[in-house]
Amino acid sequence: MQFGIFSVGDVTTDPTTGYTVTEYERIKSMVAIAQKAEEVGLDVFATGEHHNPPFVPSSPTTLLGFIAATTKRLILSTSTTLITTNDPVKIAEDFAMLQHLADGRVDVMMGRGNTGPVYPWFGKDIRQGIELAVENYALLHRLWREDVVDWSGRFRTPLQGFQSTPRPLDGVPPFVWHGSIRSPEIAEQAAYYGDGFFANNIFWPKEHYMRLISLYRQRFEHYGHGTADQAIVGLGGQAFMRKNSQDAVNEFRPYFDNAPVYGHGPSMEDFTAQTPLTVGSPQEVIDKYASMRDSFGDYQRQLFLMDHAGLPLKTVLEQLDLLGEEVVPVLRREFAADRPAHVPDAPTHASLLQAKLTQQSAGIGSAGSATGESVSGSALVDASSPSVKAVE
Amino acid sequence: MASRRISVVTAGLSQPSSSRLLADRLADATVARLRLDQIDVAVDVFELRDIATEVTNNLLTGFPSPALGRVIDTVTTADGLIVVSPIFTSSYSGLFKSFVDLLEPQSLSGMPVLMGATGGTPRHSLALEYSMRPLFTYLHAIVVPTAVFAATADWGTEADVANTLPARIERAGAELAELVSVSTRSPSPVDPLALTTSFTDLLGEHTPRSK
Repeated sequence: MQFGIFSVGDVTTDPTTGYTVTEYERIKSMVAIAQKAEEVGLDVFATGEHHNPPFVPSSPTTLLGFIAATTKRLILSTSTTLITTNDPVKIAEDFAMLQHLADGRVDVMMGRGNTGPVYPWFGKDIRQGIELAVENYALLHRLWREDVVDWSGRFRTPLQGFQSTPRPLDGVPPFVWHGSIRSPEIAEQAAYYGDGFFANNIFWPKEHYMRLISLYRQRFEHYGHGTADQAIVGLGGQAFMRKNSQDAVNEFRPYFDNAPVYGHGPSMEDFTAQTPLTVGSPQEVIDKYASMRDSFGDYQRQLFLMDHAGLPLKTVLEQLDLLGEEVVPVLRREFAADRPAHVPDAPTHASLLQAKLTQQSAGIGSAGSATGESVSGSALVDASSPSVKAVE
Repeated sequence: MASRRISVVTAGLSQPSSSRLLADRLADATVARLRLDQIDVAVDVFELRDIATEVTNNLLTGFPSPALGRVIDTVTTADGLIVVSPIFTSSYSGLFKSFVDLLEPQSLSGMPVLMGATGGTPRHSLALEYSMRPLFTYLHAIVVPTAVFAATADWGTEADVANTLPARIERAGAELAELVSVSTRSPSPVDPLALTTSFTDLLGEHTPRSK
C-alpha cells in the first residue's frame, strides 16, 4: 500500500492574513512539500498540470525532475497529465527522460483537465475529450512499447518510422493510472489496458465512486488482467489535523469557508459528512481512512491533498509531520492486517522490471521485438543496475 | 392493474403557495384520468423551497446532498413530470432554473412534461410559452400542448368564464395522462455509468497488437 500527497499547485490568498504567495514562493513550496513527504516516510508525490492562473505547475516533469534530484526514495507522479491536449509524443519523451533521471521512481496519471478553455488553447475541441483521451493514449502506449512506430489517427499529424527517445528505462514503461471523477469510459480504458484507476473522490460522496470503481474492477477482470480484487485502485483524500480535534476545526474553518472549490457553499460539517475531507485529530483521520476499504475494497494507493486553500507552508509541513508520523504508520498496519495475499501492491519500476525478467526467462516474452533494452539500461544483463538498486 | 409514477416539482416560495395549489390540481386531474384507464399512479411532490439551500450548495460543489440526490433520482426516473413556477420578472423563477440546471442534460429526454405557472395578472400568461417551453424543448422533453397559467384572479370571481381554470387543468391533465399511460420510463431507469459504445469501437484501428 502506497501513501502520498497530491498538489493542485494553486496560488490562493490565505484568508486569515490576506497574504498571497508569489509564483516563485509557491513553486519552491511545492518542492519543500515533496521533500517533506519523503522525510516523513510517505511514498508518493504527485503534481497537477494547469495552464492558467492561479495555478503554477504547467511543466510537471521540470518540477518532478528537480524533486528527483533532491530525493532518494519518493515516487514522482502526476495528478493529472493532460492526455487530451498534450502531444502524446511529448508525454512519452518527457516521462521517459524523467524515468532515467529519477532511477525509475516515476509513474503518471492520465486525466482530461478541469478547465474548458485549455482545449481550444491547445487547438482541441472539448466535445472530443473522450476520443482524444482514447486515441492519444493508444499512441502513447505504443511509443513506450514499440521501438519504431508508424501511426496515423484523427488528432495528430502522422508518424512514419518514428522512435521516441529516450526509450523507457530498462525497457519498462512508467506505470500508468487513469484518473476520472465521473466518466465510465475512463474506468473502461484503465481496465482494458490493465492500468491503474485513480478515483479522485475528494469533492464528491463515496456512493458515486463505489459504482465507478466497481465498474473498473469488473472490467479489469473481464479483460483478463486478474480478478476484480486484483485491479489497481487509487483514491484521493483530504485532511486537516491538530492534536485536539476542536483546534483543527477552529483553525481550518476559515480556509474551508473561503476555499476555491467548496467555499461559501455547504457547512464544513455537512461537507465532512459527505466527502472524505476529515478535520479533527489524527485518530479521526485514521478512523475515516481505515474505513475506505470497506467501501472500495483493498486498494493500492492513497493520496492526500494537504496544501491548498491558502494554507501557509509552515502549516502544511506541520500537517505532513502528523500525516507521516501519526496517521500513515497506523493505516499501513490496519490495511496490511487482513489483506488477502493475492491482492497486489501498486506496480513500481522494480516490480515491473522483475515481472518482465521473469516473463523473459520463462520464454514467454518475444525477446526479438522487446523494446530498447540495449540502449535504455543495463538491468537485463546486470541485476545490479543502478535503477534496480535505487528503487529497492 | 398497470402502475405509473409521476413527479411534481413546484417552485412557489410562500407557504401556502398558489404554485403548489396549482400543482396539486394538475396532479389530481392527471391521476383521475389515468385511473379511468385502470392505471394506478404514485405521485411524489417536491417543493423546491424545502431544498433551496441544497440546490445552491450543489451549484457550488458540483454534487447533490443525499436528500437532493434522492429528489433528482425520483424526478428523472418518473413516467411524467408536472412543473409549476411562479413568474418572476417575465420568466420562471431563479430557483426553478437552478434546480433544472442540476439535472443531467439527457436525463429528461423523452420525459412527458406538463407546465404550469402562477402570476399576479393574466398578462404574464405567455411566459410559459416563450420561456419555459423552450427550456424543456432544449432538454428533449415532450411538453404537452396545454400549459396552464393561473393568475390571481383565476382563483376568484374575476376568473376567465369562457375558458375556466378547472377546464384548462382538466384538458392539460388528460394530455399528460395520455403520454404517461404509455410510458416505460419508471420500470427501466437508465444507468448513468452505462457505456454507449464498446471500448474497442472507441479504439477502432488503434487496438494494440499486444497489451
